[in-house]
Amino acid sequence: MSKRIDLVDLDIFYGDFLAVEQVTLTVNPRSVTAFIGPSGCGKSSVLRSINRMHELVPGAYVTGEVLLDNEDVYGVDVDPVLVRRTIGMVFQRPNPFPTMSIYDNVVAGLRLSKRRRRSKDLDDVVERSLRSANLWAEVKDRVDRPGAGLSGGQQQRLCIARAIAIEPEVLLMDEPCSALDPISTLAIEDLIHELKDTYTIVIVTHNMQQAARVSSTTAFFNVNAVGEPGRLIEIGETSQIFSNPRVKQTEDYVSGRFG
Amino acid sequence: MTTVPILTGRRLPRWSTPVVAAAAILVGLVLQFGGISPLGLAPALFAAIGFIVARSTWSWILEGRRHATDRLMGSLVVGALLLALVPLVWILITVAIRGYSVMNTEFITGTMRNIGPRVEGGGIGHAFVGTLQQVGIAALISLPIGIMTAIQLVEYGRGKTLSRWISFFVDVMTGVPSIVAGLFIYTAVILTFGFSQSGFAAGLALTILMIPVVVRSTEEMLRIVPNSLREGALALGIPKWRVITFVVLPTAISGIITGAMLAIARVAGETAPLLLTTFLAQDVNFNAFDGSQTALPTFIWDQISRGTAPAIDRAWGGAYALILFVLVLYAAARVIAAVFAPARE
Amino acid sequence: MTAVLSGQAVRPGDRVFSGLSLAAGVLVLVVMAAIAVFLVWKAIPSLTTDSANFFTEQQWLPDRDPPVFGIAVLAFGTVLTSLIAMGIAVPIGFGVALFIAFYGNRRVSTALGFTVDLLAAVPSIIFGLWGLYYFMPRIVPFAEWLSTYLGWIPLFRNDLEIYTKSILMAGVVLAIMILPTVSAISREVFLQVPRAQTEAALALGATRWEMIRMSVFPFSRPGMVSAAMLGLGRALGETIAVALLLSAIFEINWAITEPGGNTFAANIALKWGEAADNGRSALIAAGLVLFLITLAVNMIARWIIARHEEYT
Ligand SMILES: Nc1ncnc2c1ncn2[C@@H]1O[C@H](COP(=O)(O)OP(=O)(O)OP(=O)(O)O)[C@@H](O)[C@H]1O
Ligand SMILES: [Mg+2]
Repeated sequence: MSKRIDLVDLDIFYGDFLAVEQVTLTVNPRSVTAFIGPSGCGKSSVLRSINRMHELVPGAYVTGEVLLDNEDVYGVDVDPVLVRRTIGMVFQRPNPFPTMSIYDNVVAGLRLSKRRRRSKDLDDVVERSLRSANLWAEVKDRVDRPGAGLSGGQQQRLCIARAIAIEPEVLLMDEPCSALDPISTLAIEDLIHELKDTYTIVIVTHNMQQAARVSSTTAFFNVNAVGEPGRLIEIGETSQIFSNPRVKQTEDYVSGRFG
Repeated sequence: MTTVPILTGRRLPRWSTPVVAAAAILVGLVLQFGGISPLGLAPALFAAIGFIVARSTWSWILEGRRHATDRLMGSLVVGALLLALVPLVWILITVAIRGYSVMNTEFITGTMRNIGPRVEGGGIGHAFVGTLQQVGIAALISLPIGIMTAIQLVEYGRGKTLSRWISFFVDVMTGVPSIVAGLFIYTAVILTFGFSQSGFAAGLALTILMIPVVVRSTEEMLRIVPNSLREGALALGIPKWRVITFVVLPTAISGIITGAMLAIARVAGETAPLLLTTFLAQDVNFNAFDGSQTALPTFIWDQISRGTAPAIDRAWGGAYALILFVLVLYAAARVIAAVFAPARE
Repeated sequence: MTAVLSGQAVRPGDRVFSGLSLAAGVLVLVVMAAIAVFLVWKAIPSLTTDSANFFTEQQWLPDRDPPVFGIAVLAFGTVLTSLIAMGIAVPIGFGVALFIAFYGNRRVSTALGFTVDLLAAVPSIIFGLWGLYYFMPRIVPFAEWLSTYLGWIPLFRNDLEIYTKSILMAGVVLAIMILPTVSAISREVFLQVPRAQTEAALALGATRWEMIRMSVFPFSRPGMVSAAMLGLGRALGETIAVALLLSAIFEINWAITEPGGNTFAANIALKWGEAADNGRSALIAAGLVLFLITLAVNMIARWIIARHEEYT
């Protein structure tokens, strides 16, 4: 499990608008890579290009390459449905399916491919996924209750459990803690720490302490002005980016001088 | 370094849809010209079903159940859309062709006075006068009532229980069948208060149908007037009713006019309530309060019930005029809405 | 010293204006109540003279002495035509709405939404005229097909071998007429599904249809039910097109491809001109039943929507 991601000369468009320009970077397997940068610089766009969620926006497309262990995610014969199964995603706001129970939320992805599985198998998957998401202890007595009844932090962990239940290779997280309180944030950060032994993780965050805490590699994006394309400014080991950045813009940003 | 591709499933080639479609059309044409209808189905229908079945089956074999279901439902959804457009196009074309062939100055300005069902000629002038008067009466009564109700709902009664009931029953009122509106005016206004069957009574019946439409559209427009505008004016010490009349209503006016025109378009085509509340006339009657008065829909009804070829031609002519009247209102409303729409940025 | 802040608590202008708007709002409630009251009041004379059971009698002879009339045939025809209309219009309407919300691109979708709404602007008399002279002759083969291949089902049997002016025909035309209602409302409902929900499904590797089943339908179910019921409400009360398309025979006939059928609304329109006093009162009684049925259908539909909106 867990694969490497290479972005090569990636340009991201919304219709005529070039939102992100010429991104080339590598995400290593079994590690956490953080995307940081000011609002509007294209972090989410890059993230959503990796699992082809980007193209769901009407008129949106990309040029360049996204490689998953050397396999082009945008290749002609590639099935976007398979891409999204292989590269899971967690969103900024927790979005469990409101009409489904906790149990059904976790197995929602699995039920798509296997019409009927032995219930015992499913039970195991639910328990394993919820355990991996550090949620099992809190909900094990009420997995049949609606997922919308959980607290925000619990809902977000439920969404993580739902994403890892289908055993993806990669986990993309777009500001997974920005809608959460500090304690839930801590719980998610701990979880990311554990998950990185199994998955390739990319996390977008506005919180630089968080990037410093959870990631081993950090990529800094920036945009000169509204309407201009965002770019990758610098990528490197997290400790290096924060203590010894090579580019002046990065230094300004991480030291809080702008953004 | 080589890897086993994991992201590529077997997929239908891009050319699959046009090829299957072409094959289906070909089969359809062969059936059509060969005069064969398998299972008694019309060739076009057979071809359409064949296309859906063939593409889904191919997809199932190649891509598996999930993609096959996706494609099947996708083609059903598109099929539903096409099916829904058929009657609209068919009706518009039929009315245009049949109606246009009887259009001339006499038809537009003339009346049915001294024109028997077997005679050609005659016109809709009297019916047009009737429609304008009856719809005008309905608009004159329902617009103030509807707009004031909307003001009550949005400006004064927000969140109050009474408003919630009014709002609920406005919605329910949109579902009152038009014939029931006619019966109500007949029982209340004609039987109880002794009014005669007249264009005015017809206008009242249309009023019942128009009020809820006006309330709903006005309410929607008032709701999108930003609260900051109201608060800004109130903060200047302007009384609330003047804020509403001089700030809120002018801001929403284009939307309100649009809604009013759509409401008029809707009731202008009603037939059933008029049949219960007016007698039909063959000549112009400018007095909506006295005597019989025909409107465009009842003119069409009258001509259809006569059933002769010239009468049916006149019915199509009436339909042409009516649909033109409605569509012009409809289009104008949309244009007004588009031109004066508040910029949404 | 004069007080600057005190004055009249409510200005006269405000009092008049808010009073007027309140009056207008209350008028809506009064009208709804008045419809029921007047229909009941004017229906009573005929109901007291009816020598048959109003609900089960299959004849309509209110002006005879003694009057004999009942709504059994009308109820039968109304329900059956409306059910046929629903059976056709609901799936197609949902399909159209799904296309507009999830399949078409934005420009195509807006244009199509507008076009389908146009169908709602076509007056019913024109549906009737077109149905009578163009549509009905064209779908006779379909009715023949039904009775040929499915004639073993009593519903589709046709011993007369005449296929026009039947309940089926009226039902199909009704379906076209209520289609815009169903599709417009379900479209609004579908468009309200939060993007977070649809994206959650897609990010799990759902196909478009699976996304619709997984996140759209559960979210939209109450709205879809209401859309169908509001369509039903329109179908139940539709008058003129049905009056032109049914042969208005006073008889309960399950063979829906044979000429026949009658509905509350169509019967009122067709019998009104020839009815004397008691006849009109009887028609008012029929109208009252129609009013109560549509009232119930609409209230339930609106109630479902209102509850759904509170929730989201
Ligand atoms: N759906 C869209 N349609 C058009 N332009 C978009 C869309 N989404 C994003 N953009 C544009 O693309 C650029 C990058 O946006 P993106 O959301 O990727 O930034 P971000 O770095 O994630 O910002 P934030 O930190 O605020 O989430 C911005 O200029 C934005 O306006
Ligand atoms: Mg973002």
